[in-house]
Amino acid sequence: MSLVDALTEPVEPNRNDTPISERGPAPLPIVVAFGFWLFLLSDIVLFSALFAAYAVLSGQTAGGPNGPQLFDRTNVLIETGCLLASSFTCGLCTLAIEARNRVGTYAWAAVTFALGVAFLALELSEFSRMIASGAGPTRSAFLSAFFTLVGTHGLHVTIGLAWLVTMMAQLATLGFHPMVVRRLLCFSLFWHALDIVWIGVFTIVYLGAH
Amino acid sequence: MAAQEEQHDKAPGGGGRGRGGVLMYATGFVFAIVLTLASFWAAGTHSVWQPGVPVLLAALAIGQMGVHVVFFFHISSGPDDTNNFLALAFGVFVVGLVIFGSMLIMSNLNANMMPMDRLMEMQR
Amino acid sequence: MFGKLTWDAIPFDQPIPLAASLLVVAVLAGIAVTVVVRGWLPYLWREWITSVDHKRIGVMYGVLGFVMLIRGFIDALMMRSQLALAADGAPGYLPPEHYNQIFSAHGTIMIFFVAMPFMIGLMNFAVPLQLGVRDVAFPTLNSVSFWLSAAGVLLINLSLMVGEFAKTGWLAYPPLSELAFSPGVGVDYYLWSLQISGVGALLTGINFTTTILKLRAPGMGYTRMPIFCWTALSSNLLIVAAFPILTATYAMLLLDRYLGFHFFTNDGGGNAMMYVNLIWAWGHPEVYILALPAFGIYSEVIATFSGKPLFGYRSMIAATLAICMLSFVVWLHHFFTMGAGADVNAFFGIMTMIIAVPTGVKVFNWIFTMFGGRIRFTTPMLWSLGFICTFVIGGMTGVLLAIPPADFVLHNSLFLVAHFHNVIIGGVLFGAFAGYSYWFPKAFGFTLDERLGKAAFWCWLVGFYLAFMPLYLLGLMGATRRMQHYDVAGWQPLMIVALVGALVILAGVGFTALQLVVSIRTRDRRRDLTGDPWHGRTLEWSTASPPPAWNYSVLPNVTQADAYWGMKRAGLHAENAATAAGDWEPIAVPRRTAVGVVLAFFSVVMGFALVWHIWWLAIVGLLGLGGTGIAHAWRTEHEEEISAEVIAESERRRQKASA
Repeated sequence: MSLVDALTEPVEPNRNDTPISERGPAPLPIVVAFGFWLFLLSDIVLFSALFAAYAVLSGQTAGGPNGPQLFDRTNVLIETGCLLASSFTCGLCTLAIEARNRVGTYAWAAVTFALGVAFLALELSEFSRMIASGAGPTRSAFLSAFFTLVGTHGLHVTIGLAWLVTMMAQLATLGFHPMVVRRLLCFSLFWHALDIVWIGVFTIVYLGAH
Repeated sequence: MAAQEEQHDKAPGGGGRGRGGVLMYATGFVFAIVLTLASFWAAGTHSVWQPGVPVLLAALAIGQMGVHVVFFFHISSGPDDTNNFLALAFGVFVVGLVIFGSMLIMSNLNANMMPMDRLMEMQR
Repeated sequence: MFGKLTWDAIPFDQPIPLAASLLVVAVLAGIAVTVVVRGWLPYLWREWITSVDHKRIGVMYGVLGFVMLIRGFIDALMMRSQLALAADGAPGYLPPEHYNQIFSAHGTIMIFFVAMPFMIGLMNFAVPLQLGVRDVAFPTLNSVSFWLSAAGVLLINLSLMVGEFAKTGWLAYPPLSELAFSPGVGVDYYLWSLQISGVGALLTGINFTTTILKLRAPGMGYTRMPIFCWTALSSNLLIVAAFPILTATYAMLLLDRYLGFHFFTNDGGGNAMMYVNLIWAWGHPEVYILALPAFGIYSEVIATFSGKPLFGYRSMIAATLAICMLSFVVWLHHFFTMGAGADVNAFFGIMTMIIAVPTGVKVFNWIFTMFGGRIRFTTPMLWSLGFICTFVIGGMTGVLLAIPPADFVLHNSLFLVAHFHNVIIGGVLFGAFAGYSYWFPKAFGFTLDERLGKAAFWCWLVGFYLAFMPLYLLGLMGATRRMQHYDVAGWQPLMIVALVGALVILAGVGFTALQLVVSIRTRDRRRDLTGDPWHGRTLEWSTASPPPAWNYSVLPNVTQADAYWGMKRAGLHAENAATAAGDWEPIAVPRRTAVGVVLAFFSVVMGFALVWHIWWLAIVGLLGLGGTGIAHAWRTEHEEEISAEVIAESERRRQKASA
């Protein structure tokens, strides 16, 4: 019985007598997922400090270019599309893992990876265009905050891609070992969390610029 | 292992399965696309009262985050999700405090104190 | 090749740091040689350095904290003696450059590398035992956390010998800490070592929050958890929520310093106030990260030695959670004077005063716990009583400082210094010593010498009042903090009293060390064979002292708060049922791993390289970190089995000993 089967199985009626909190130590998959959930929340708090810095400093252009002069919304829309689609394919990958479908897992992971790379390529081209036009992070406090916030998200995507490659190597060598399955579930949570941060980024940074 | 797991609460992200799982992710995806397009439309449109645009954008963003939490993280308000939900609520509380607290404090400081660049100019 | 690193980095021209660093190197070399010559290295490697046992890791945190306490305390003695001398035009013996490094080092080390390791160490040792489980949620991660903290300690202490310490105070406010005004390596050492140890603290927070919420003995619902577990939970929640803010803030300052960004600079539109705002959004919760576990320790100690259940257990939980939440909405009180308007200052001032309400609830609960109890004045109980008196004074001066107009007078004065030492020493450090003397018999199987323990307590208590009450007065007279000399001759007598107080505390530190040595030498006379030397109430006293690697041969079944007390009253012994049957089940315990110490090694390499701009070495460090992580990912055997025979043998021995 897979993890998800176990989780969605109706609880036996006599078990309901004991509250969840009194049923003793939770099994490992739940412990790991909860720990990772806490890590994600802490990561979101880290982003909140960067968002706060951006919100406070976004008007401080020091005579340099401001947001509307620099941002290309079409580009951002394509980036967003890549990231949302990769989140969807990552979800499909999770379903393939739960079905222990090796081919499906590799295929959806590859699509996820490709979409992630596309997102990064678009972001890097935007960055290099800005730096080439003299709007690098050292130009003003606004641009420092912009590059740090968006760059940290990009760094997370990069780490996620490296993680995904590692996990595929683990899958190839260890198969659907319970440890590998747990980590793949954590990866999918990580990947979905990056979407949530990105919603904040495109709303506040790109659409909120005026 | 499986027999043990029946007794326990849920892991975040667990819960979708088989055809129902695909449906769940697909629904989330469609919602996310629609909300994203709505955001981009709202930011560029002139058919909405302009001071209302930031509010609309914020509402759309919060709605989309909610969609992701429900359809991709599978977080619910059920009893087996209490820990996950409370942790999330605490996280949202802290994120809100850091962002809005900083904005409030800094705008208040800027209103009361001379901005740093002006101070520097005066010293020249 | 070696970046900014040249022979000039070694302070040949400054006798004090040079002699100190030579002494440290000599002591470390002596220890290393002894360990190797006596053949202890394999034992240390196997049983401690690579151990993932939460009890061992807890002890190692304690050792780390104590060593750093001595380092930080020497800094304190130097400051106090400098100020006792440097009155009325006299220069004292510490030049300003050096003095600035000393007060920065004292604050940084005492908070990050003394108070944090003590509290995290006690949580490590006690929380899984109190929860009635066999280890924390992520034992390997726990070892990694410890070794990252140790890496931070090593890196920041390297600055004593190679380079310099920051001269920017313990929080390194910009613009002073920006490259333009602090071009040296001190601030870089500070930032990188705190980034490394901050990651360790964050991982600890995640680990313990998960442990407490997901791993508890059967039957231990939330309202049956020992109160220390509740305070540890709140503290770790605060770590999870606050440390990322610190990491982000330091990262921004690092970007300013290394890549020329403009977050907190004077030019380019930067805003130094943003740093102050963000660092205190971490800094105020940090105060409660340290204080809450200490409150939990006092609660356990007072209940145990009053022979009564904790008064108002549920109100104590509510007060703990209220403090946990409120600690996030008060951070502006650290910078009332920096220009916020009356409305914002008033809001944060009132929120600060509100924290006094749940804290007051706690104080009354402790007093009512003692009321009508049969109190035993043991060393841990003395620390707790000393805490109540001292902390109430510190809390009240805190409420005074929470009034913005009063703060405008007292900000940055020695009054403030006296206040936060009053709460950190009286609140956190006394708690660490209470916990140390309370759980020591559990950790090592023999009790500490009570007479020397009490002598240490009285020296600390008297020394504390002598050292810090004068600072309140001096603050009211207008003496500011971080001053290296002063012109007012009238302040000197009080400064001398404060120095005497520091020397009395030195005697307390000496007694603590002596107590440990004497107790170890006479350990055969002071064995604790019952596992329950204090007539305890919570589960950790139901297992052997020291507990076996697997903590409990059978997971206890909890039916009430103060679970072990209930078992004793019902005449049950935790393992009776299973012993009668005589059939022990094999138990899986986490396997030891060197990943923590290897990651720490590469973090130190990377941190050192970044401080000195040795870019190739920094890349080596980074690749080492990544490579170690990836190699570790292929480790599939995380547990090893303890056979039923070993467990049966251990239980037989214990029964024979206590019979």
